Amino acid sequence: MSILIDKDTKVLVQGLTGKTGTFHTEQALAYYGTQMVGGTHPKKGGEKWTSGVDGSELPIFATVAEGKEQTGANASVIYVPPAGAAAAILEAIEAEVELIVCITEGVPVMDMVKVKRALEKSNSRLIGPNCPGVLTPEECKIGIMPGNIFQKGSVGIVSRSGTLTYEAVFQTTNAGLGQTTAVGIGGDPVKGTEFIDMLEMFLADDATESIIMIGEIGGSAEEEAAQFIMDEAKKGRSKPMAGFIAGLTAPPGRTMGHAGAVISGGKGGAEDKIAAMEAAGIKVSRSPAKIGETLLEVLKG
Amino acid sequence: MNIHEYQAKKLLASFGAPIAKGIPIFSKEEAKAAAEELGGPLWVVKSQIHAGGRGKGKFKELPEDAKGGVRLAFSMDEMQAHVDEMLGNTLVTKQTGPAGKQVNQLYIEDGADIERELYLSILVDRTTGRVAFVASTEGGMDIEAVAEETPEKIHTLPIDPDAGVTADDAEKICASLELDGVAKEDGMNLFPILYKAFVETDMALLEINPLIVMKDGRLRVLDAKVSFDNNAMFRHPDIAELRDLTEEDEKEIEASKYDLAYIALDGTIGCMVNGAGLAMSTMDIIKLYGEEPANFLDVGGGANAEKVTAAFKIITADPSVKGILVNIFGGIMRCDVIAEGVLTAVKEVGLQVPLVVRLEGTKVAEGKKLIEESGLNVIPADDLDDAAQKIVAAVKGA
Repeated sequence: MSILIDKDTKVLVQGLTGKTGTFHTEQALAYYGTQMVGGTHPKKGGEKWTSGVDGSELPIFATVAEGKEQTGANASVIYVPPAGAAAAILEAIEAEVELIVCITEGVPVMDMVKVKRALEKSNSRLIGPNCPGVLTPEECKIGIMPGNIFQKGSVGIVSRSGTLTYEAVFQTTNAGLGQTTAVGIGGDPVKGTEFIDMLEMFLADDATESIIMIGEIGGSAEEEAAQFIMDEAKKGRSKPMAGFIAGLTAPPGRTMGHAGAVISGGKGGAEDKIAAMEAAGIKVSRSPAKIGETLLEVLKG
Repeated sequence: MNIHEYQAKKLLASFGAPIAKGIPIFSKEEAKAAAEELGGPLWVVKSQIHAGGRGKGKFKELPEDAKGGVRLAFSMDEMQAHVDEMLGNTLVTKQTGPAGKQVNQLYIEDGADIERELYLSILVDRTTGRVAFVASTEGGMDIEAVAEETPEKIHTLPIDPDAGVTADDAEKICASLELDGVAKEDGMNLFPILYKAFVETDMALLEINPLIVMKDGRLRVLDAKVSFDNNAMFRHPDIAELRDLTEEDEKEIEASKYDLAYIALDGTIGCMVNGAGLAMSTMDIIKLYGEEPANFLDVGGGANAEKVTAAFKIITADPSVKGILVNIFGGIMRCDVIAEGVLTAVKEVGLQVPLVVRLEGTKVAEGKKLIEESGLNVIPADDLDDAAQKIVAAVKGA
């Protein structure tokens, strides 16, 4: 088992014809035959996309709705530049795509406010933007995560940071635990999915025996997630958890690369988040190099 | 991106917000004409720097008992005396750090008869994913202190983006600010105007502290702090022009030319990392092993050799850097590209300090091979822990 995606997930690529879309679609196709079923481009409908690796082809559709109808796609991944990313998400919502993963970094916040409102009225789930995507080992890879560091296993990973997701994956692979699914929810202040929804899914997933949650400075999503974990534990639902928070040394008032990573008005600091997570029984590693080790310690009791 | 108070006020006025008449000046000679045009009898002389706490700030060059960065003048002579003292000097406030900021511009404004001082800001509330108003009757003071001591006096109201500020919303904000009569009428007009300005210009923060009720009952925007969403500046070239480079760190300006996220810090170990989270963690782990990072630097997902070279040059240009840690976990980023960039940069600018490189992810074998075969004095590391220990040891040994 896994969450969000598996071997049956069919993925449409919005922005397939660009350099980034092409590179990562080739990578996805090479990853255990992830079902990439087509792409969209408003002016290139009816044409074909050709892989530079093995010459395999994918159909290009003018719209997401058409692509979904023709291929039975139930997910889309977006590699459209920032100025058009929100429109691409809205198009996928309109076409009632179940899972939309937006990789694009640099989407204006105000665009995301509109997207968030549209999501509230829909049944679609958006992961991202500004995220590395979702990967279920040996089944399906949506986004830009390096597939070679994954190993099928028992840890569910959810993270606000792309490269720290890779660290957690790499370390759990080296620890021999492997992953059920890794989800990068993205580093923007307004995004499609927050920690809580992913934690809920990992708690409900039988194959997921433990969970790693990686946060960073800014906002209060980690505190809210910790509260959720605490509330669920009171109902008797819990799994061993380890975590990490990036930005202990970040100066207040400065935006640290991710649009959402900023300590403002004395709020959003790493210490508060670590304290909230530890209060919820999540063992938080102080070193980004020891996330896997920390989880092993939790599992050994 | 931040702008100055006078620029923010001009922008808000263009949407119809009530502000006092004012004129920015850049030299002492412009003061008299500006004050005459405003007419008096009361003027306010305000330092224009990108930092709060100006009123209580101190000028480095002036005696301890000199007045702060925002001053009242009741005569033309007094006005000119203030201008002469303030312009060109360095203002240190709670937000500038001990180095302070040079005051290159002043804003001369008509004085106002203040009855009450209120606090109003607009921001993007992450929890709801909506634009929200934050209102408090406790204006004119440090809002963080209000939040700490009397949180019940701060009211937050998220706005439905489909509906905008409804009459009901405006009523609620009026109630939070305890407005009635003419002030309430002004408020009912003002709040939708501010929301429109916020949304249409892609602001990240609009803070009016204080919003004042004058003796005649009218509302006025007395101070305005505005920052914009950098990611949206591509659709606002007019606003992008308001950027004041003298307010920014030189290395950060250079970095922004290459689209690198760089922040100068006080430590000795320069970092080059891909991904914001990993870049922050790299800083954290350096600290964990007893040293301090010299910078935050995220080369981003789409970096090429040129960007990496630029990043390397910016790091080595910082004289406090005693060692460099390159930490790359490639997803989008290919390790061989990074390796090539680092090697090019080292050949170009030379290497005066220890350099530890940790590569992992896409094309890692190719990247490591390039570095090994280069013959350059680069210390390879196997993982992040190893890398952090090696660079800290190298710096301490030096």
